[in-house]
Amino acid sequence: MNWQNATSKAIIHLHVNGETQEVVVRNADTLLSTLREKLGLTGAKRSCENGDCGACTVLINGEPSHSCLSLAVEVVNLPITTIEGLLDSPVRTAFIDKWAIQCGFCTPGFIVNGHALLTNHPNAKEEIVEEWLQSNICRCTGYQEIKDAVNSLIVENDDSINKTHPRLSK
Amino acid sequence: MANKSWSTVGKPEQRIDAVEKSTGKVRYIGDYSAPGLMHAKLVKSTQAHAKIISIDTTEAWKMPGVRAIITGKMFPFHIGPILADRPPLAFEKVRYYGEPVAIIVADHEHQAKHATEKVKVVYEPLPIVNSVQQAFLKDAPLVHDNAEQYTKIISDVYPKASTNIGSHIKIRKGDFDTAWANSEETITATYSFNLSDHVAMETRSTRVEINPAGKVIVHSCSQSPFTIKKVLNQFFNVEVGDILVHIPMVGGAFGGKGTVQLEPLAYLASKAVGGKVVKLEFDREEDMTTAPCRIGFDATVQLGVTKEGKLVAGKYTYLLDSGAYSDQAAGITRAAALDCTGPYNIPNVWCDSYCMYTNHPFATSFRGYGHPELTFAVERTMDQLAEKLQMDPLQLRMINGIKPGHTTPTQTVLTANNIGDLEKCIHRAKELIKWDEGQKVQSGKNKVRTKGISTFWKTSTTATNAQAGAIIIFEADGSVNLNCAAIELGQGTKTILGQILAEKLGMDMNKVHVTMEVNTQYDPHQWRTVASSSTFLAGKAVVFAADHAIAQLKKTAAVVLQCSPDDLEVGGGRVYLKPDPTFGVDIKDISLGYTYPSGHSIEGQIVGIGKHIQRHLTPMDQQTGFGKPGPWWSVGVQAIEIELDTRDFTYSILKGVTVLDGGTIINPMTATQQMRGGMYMGLSYATSEKFVFDEQGIVQNSDLRGYPMLRYGEQPTEYLVDFIESPAIDGPFGARGIGEYGVIGAPACLANSLSIAADVELNELPLTPESIWQKKKEGTK
Ligand code: FES
Ligand code: FES
Repeated sequence: MNWQNATSKAIIHLHVNGETQEVVVRNADTLLSTLREKLGLTGAKRSCENGDCGACTVLINGEPSHSCLSLAVEVVNLPITTIEGLLDSPVRTAFIDKWAIQCGFCTPGFIVNGHALLTNHPNAKEEIVEEWLQSNICRCTGYQEIKDAVNSLIVENDDSINKTHPRLSK
Repeated sequence: MANKSWSTVGKPEQRIDAVEKSTGKVRYIGDYSAPGLMHAKLVKSTQAHAKIISIDTTEAWKMPGVRAIITGKMFPFHIGPILADRPPLAFEKVRYYGEPVAIIVADHEHQAKHATEKVKVVYEPLPIVNSVQQAFLKDAPLVHDNAEQYTKIISDVYPKASTNIGSHIKIRKGDFDTAWANSEETITATYSFNLSDHVAMETRSTRVEINPAGKVIVHSCSQSPFTIKKVLNQFFNVEVGDILVHIPMVGGAFGGKGTVQLEPLAYLASKAVGGKVVKLEFDREEDMTTAPCRIGFDATVQLGVTKEGKLVAGKYTYLLDSGAYSDQAAGITRAAALDCTGPYNIPNVWCDSYCMYTNHPFATSFRGYGHPELTFAVERTMDQLAEKLQMDPLQLRMINGIKPGHTTPTQTVLTANNIGDLEKCIHRAKELIKWDEGQKVQSGKNKVRTKGISTFWKTSTTATNAQAGAIIIFEADGSVNLNCAAIELGQGTKTILGQILAEKLGMDMNKVHVTMEVNTQYDPHQWRTVASSSTFLAGKAVVFAADHAIAQLKKTAAVVLQCSPDDLEVGGGRVYLKPDPTFGVDIKDISLGYTYPSGHSIEGQIVGIGKHIQRHLTPMDQQTGFGKPGPWWSVGVQAIEIELDTRDFTYSILKGVTVLDGGTIINPMTATQQMRGGMYMGLSYATSEKFVFDEQGIVQNSDLRGYPMLRYGEQPTEYLVDFIESPAIDGPFGARGIGEYGVIGAPACLANSLSIAADVELNELPLTPESIWQKKKEGTK
């Protein structure tokens, strides 16, 4: 990589949680470090910085993404949602109600990913849930409670259940 | 058993940290940034064993933003928690791949990182010690030339000159040789597993500054704030009172954050830049190889029995791969010896437990402190012995289960108070795993379902003077603040301590405010948050603090109510007359003292203090191991049901059962969380995890892509957890410790079920389809 290029700086605008924010970044700054260090949004966590653990998950244009693998300059025109923008998500309350939180370090990443999962697949079958959530690691819980939390929100293919069950807003 | 009259203890009170954690608003150590914060990065050894010929920093100094470079020559001393054998920065030679060699301090993290690449270190390779077996050989290369000359920080450590033995702990109980010779049936089996890692999701991180008044201010994600003070005092000559340590909530630890590695490095870094705040945060690769990991373990177990299956003799040889430095592995060597038998009554016991130096990353405590490893060796042997005796493996365990009246390997006498009820645990686990429906069932054309079981025990091997304290301060609204130095690592300790306080004061949980951050300047001393000791030690301190506050509340109220303090009771936010509860005073009206209508005031704020120190613990005798190493033993049973495909040896885990007797369970839900999470961790270790080394001793899988762990969906389809609650009379509300226990039996029962399913003895970890296939192939040759 051209070192000069990586360190040259630019003023960019990021659309985070419905607000447009101006930040000065180096070309080499990841979205993760920009959110955390420039915007004070520390809910996305730094854990592997290699795309292996999901602790840094945010939504980029609605898609769950490892913010440690994106550069800030790559996402200037895209809507970004972090855990701080998902306080109303039923996934967040389900994680509390089902005891899916211990140290809490993986929690924001799981909630963001779980939210996207249920938005895209409100009726997700177990295989889909597994496929989505295998990108996140939790070292504390053993996954049972996380499974309970996510499953508690899955709308079965049954009209009567659909009516009373909490839905996720797109 | 949860007492019916209790209103908070024994109830699944929601964790007090859950809401905050769910919003991403909790500030962990790494979430702090501020202008002017400087960043340290390490230059690390690229060799596992080599002489350092030269370190050239000329090019690194030319890099932008670099403010200081520190090498081992600037602090050529050894530190360590048990044996001082580790230089914080290597000097003269390196002993493991990833070892810190130099520190660069720069204005920005990326600048520091760039500069580390410019430091030129010239090494002269030395022969590598790449396994414990090799380390044990007579003519093995030496990892440490003069280990016997290192300073002992605690007494139970015995390095041996001219060997790679960092410590050797002995148990000699009864007469093993005679009992072995007279045994009617015997078995000898060997076991081996590699080093592995904690992989807490939060990597280790710290920031240190030295302010102009000479105070050293440390922020860290440590389990041992007071040990940080001790280390900076012992080895860096800073006055204990001048060191302030702050610990925020920690993102998982599992023992890996119990030892002190980063803080001294960051202290040296801060010193080199005039005391400015310096942050040192490990990236994942550093957290896995530079920071301490989990021990490797080799074991030989010999058991002698009567025809009826009564154990009469047990001999245990444990070789712990402690890596380059002894750190906590020296303590684990001792812990593995003192509980070497597992929860069985064996009159004649011989154990040699060795802490072995190798050129691997150094090891420290890991949840279970050697017990998952020794339990694996013991419980696999028990299963193989049962087969030899043609006995139900559960029955063999039942016959030999340890009970009050028996003695431990260190000859501590067990009583109904200091040990849980193993027999009840076995019975309950048997029901939950449906043992009587058969241990092996054909479940499809090429599929078999099997069940494996493991008992386990562990004492809490703390320092003999381990202690904790608590301070409770009442607010003007009658609510109460609880301050103590137990650290919230995810285990729920702050919730548990809050429940204990709420129960004692007869108060609602939401009136108890537990300070989440630990600050060594205002929190009383607590040994460390390890060894499943916080509920017991800090819990008792909280009980005493509550008693102290209750006495003050009654004293003030007695004046106000014009009666004797003995007539009064505290509860429901009031102090009231026992015979007439309607006659009383609200706590909020006396929590800052009572003020009469005239303006005259009495007594002042209610502040309760409490403390507890371990009673009657002793070191172990060097020749026999005799001594009292811990206050109590929690016991339990775990069971696993798996389904194996007999063609390709893939398998799934259908059911995991944990039954624990940890005394009274303060919060059944946080306790269940601990059991499930622990079992997952044990299963992840047993199915997947190990460091792979090449011939040069270099770790080949130091990131989360190359280091496999169980992921979502691979956990047991069902985790069943239950508790037997035989109260510990001296525990808070009868509680013992539980934090580590869920992990202990999991590897053993997995291997026991898979051995039956694959019809081959599986005595090495991890148990991958490939490793099972390999064993099968060897077995059928
Ligand atoms: S920190 Fe981004 S995936 Fe791990
Ligand atoms: S709660 Fe600690 S990593 Fe998931």
